[in-house]
Amino acid sequence: MLMTVERVPLRVRLAAAGVDSVTMLALPAVLFVLALFVYPFFYGLALSLEPKDNAVWYANYRAFFSDPFLFDTIGKTLRLAVPVTLLCVLLSVPIALRVRHMRHQRLLTTILVLPITLGTVLIAEGLLNYLGPQGWLNRTLITIGLIHGPLQLVHNYWGAFLGLLISIFPFTFLLTLSYVTGVDPALEQAASTLGARPWARFRHILLPLLAQGLAINFCLSFVQAFSVFPTAVLLGSPAGSTRVISIAAYTAAYEAYDYSLASTIAMVMAGIQLLIVAGILSARRLLYRGPMGGAKG
Amino acid sequence: MSFQGKRQGIMAGMSQDFRKLRLDRVSRSFGQHNALREVSLEVARGEFIALLGPSGCGKSTALNCLAGLLPLTGGGIWLDDRRIDLLKPEDRGFGMVFQNYALFPHMSAEKNVGFGLRMQGRPKAEVDDRVAKAMALVRLNEQKHKLPGQLSGGQQQRVAIARAIVIEPPLVLMDEPLSNLDAKLRLEMRAEIRRIHGLVGSTTIYVTHDQDEALSLADRIVVMRDGQVRQVGRPDELYARPAHADVAEFMGYRNLLRLKVTATANSMAEVDMGDSVLHGTLLGPATPGEMAIAAIRPDDLTPRSNGRIRARVISAEYRGRDFYGIAATPDGLELYFRAEQKVATGEELLLGADPARVLLYPGTDLLAVA
Repeated sequence: MLMTVERVPLRVRLAAAGVDSVTMLALPAVLFVLALFVYPFFYGLALSLEPKDNAVWYANYRAFFSDPFLFDTIGKTLRLAVPVTLLCVLLSVPIALRVRHMRHQRLLTTILVLPITLGTVLIAEGLLNYLGPQGWLNRTLITIGLIHGPLQLVHNYWGAFLGLLISIFPFTFLLTLSYVTGVDPALEQAASTLGARPWARFRHILLPLLAQGLAINFCLSFVQAFSVFPTAVLLGSPAGSTRVISIAAYTAAYEAYDYSLASTIAMVMAGIQLLIVAGILSARRLLYRGPMGGAKG
Repeated sequence: MSFQGKRQGIMAGMSQDFRKLRLDRVSRSFGQHNALREVSLEVARGEFIALLGPSGCGKSTALNCLAGLLPLTGGGIWLDDRRIDLLKPEDRGFGMVFQNYALFPHMSAEKNVGFGLRMQGRPKAEVDDRVAKAMALVRLNEQKHKLPGQLSGGQQQRVAIARAIVIEPPLVLMDEPLSNLDAKLRLEMRAEIRRIHGLVGSTTIYVTHDQDEALSLADRIVVMRDGQVRQVGRPDELYARPAHADVAEFMGYRNLLRLKVTATANSMAEVDMGDSVLHGTLLGPATPGEMAIAAIRPDDLTPRSNGRIRARVISAEYRGRDFYGIAATPDGLELYFRAEQKVATGEELLLGADPARVLLYPGTDLLAVA
């Protein structure tokens, strides 16, 4: 027998699915993302597929991957970004663990975070003066007689490495600190009453609980480090060992005026970042994800 | 399977071999605040001790000091003639059950329980064997592969207990372990803790603010207040004869009346209630004319034929078998009483109490040392 079922009004069904008038509040953010991220991205993608001189649509990509001068920038950028990001994450953990128990936590955090507010250019200028051949560091080392001639610390790989480290670290550190403080201190106390010494507590309790957050932290810091530009130009050797991918894009756009090739390089950049982030996020599935407290939940 | 057999299994390779735990004038201060003031206590092996007191009385501080999680600022802790208060928690080997259980959220129940044994570097076969026995003891065999987040509060509690006792610690410390559970589960787990203590026999120090828990579990109760020990005694002693008025208040003597002593005879005395008198037992020397605090449980103050305290019922509530209520005397004293028959608001009663159950503490200061 047929039964007439009263239809639930659309508004109620939408509300049950989580769409109601409050959802409209998300509209400005959606417009913002569409206008300032999605549209430029696809515009750039389209631009990269329309090479100069009416060449075949993938000509720019072919050019990029066949020209060592362009292609090698990937390796150079990775050689800079990966070690810097790794070092930032590795350094941030012990420092965050220490800072967590300090009474003047805020003061130390402020000092560590200051570089963010200074901006990469100021850091680079400062390092140029400090680490340069006539800088304080070299002059001090020569005066005490540790070295005879100045060390070459700027305008090469290590200059860019240090500059990048200093500008990325505060960001990495802040994220790590928030993850570390999220771990219930009672867990470590429980481990210690069960006979676990500090290293064992770190290895068996803290590290597994932090691993998830550190992976995300690595991704976010890596994306920043991968798009390094001012540091590589000012502190590195932009024509040699630190000719990073963003320099190649800049050169293509503003020296060769080939916007299409520049867009191609930007797309390649995005692709590599996406690959690495996706790789780490999928490896993350092997790690523990869940609450970081011992309370019922 | 006999309990005896289980007991031997759990106690194999026993490290509980000590005679006495001694706290010697243990003090702990946080800046100006003294959380513990010269607390001294002796605990014999196998005893179940409850530290009882209101929040902020220093009982949890005492437990953390015992566990080694808080350094002392004075005094010492001794296990027989070995001083242990300078040892790190990992070198004391005491089992601790935390208020929020502090289970490792990324390890299965089984892995949680085995953690201490693995830290001791025991061979895998021994770890597996002892973990299995401990899981059986707390009746969690079915849940052993689950993560703490997948367990109910009571089950998490059992894991926390198993994890603490599987290492066969000389001392098990429990910090309000039942306070996160609902009322029914709390009663169940209370029985469970008593059962496990009966089987394992480990020396236990149990912190609680719940007098019922302390009375039902402990061999001896240590009542604390303001960082000091107020009274140490068996549950029945504390229940019947609190040494001080504040301990009486904490043990359920809700009626605390400041009254004038009119006559004394040996350990008995008469106090003035305005239009009547009350007879009670003196718990300290007093002479007529002095003030005293009379402590009476609501249970012991009932309407009776020989009752002489006239009081009008302000409110009464039905609690299953009996009625409990508040009544006011003509002088305005408010009394908590029990009645077997229904009483109505506004009704006038003649209340009375057995003189043996009316405790008189000389003085007017609740915290006075009698």
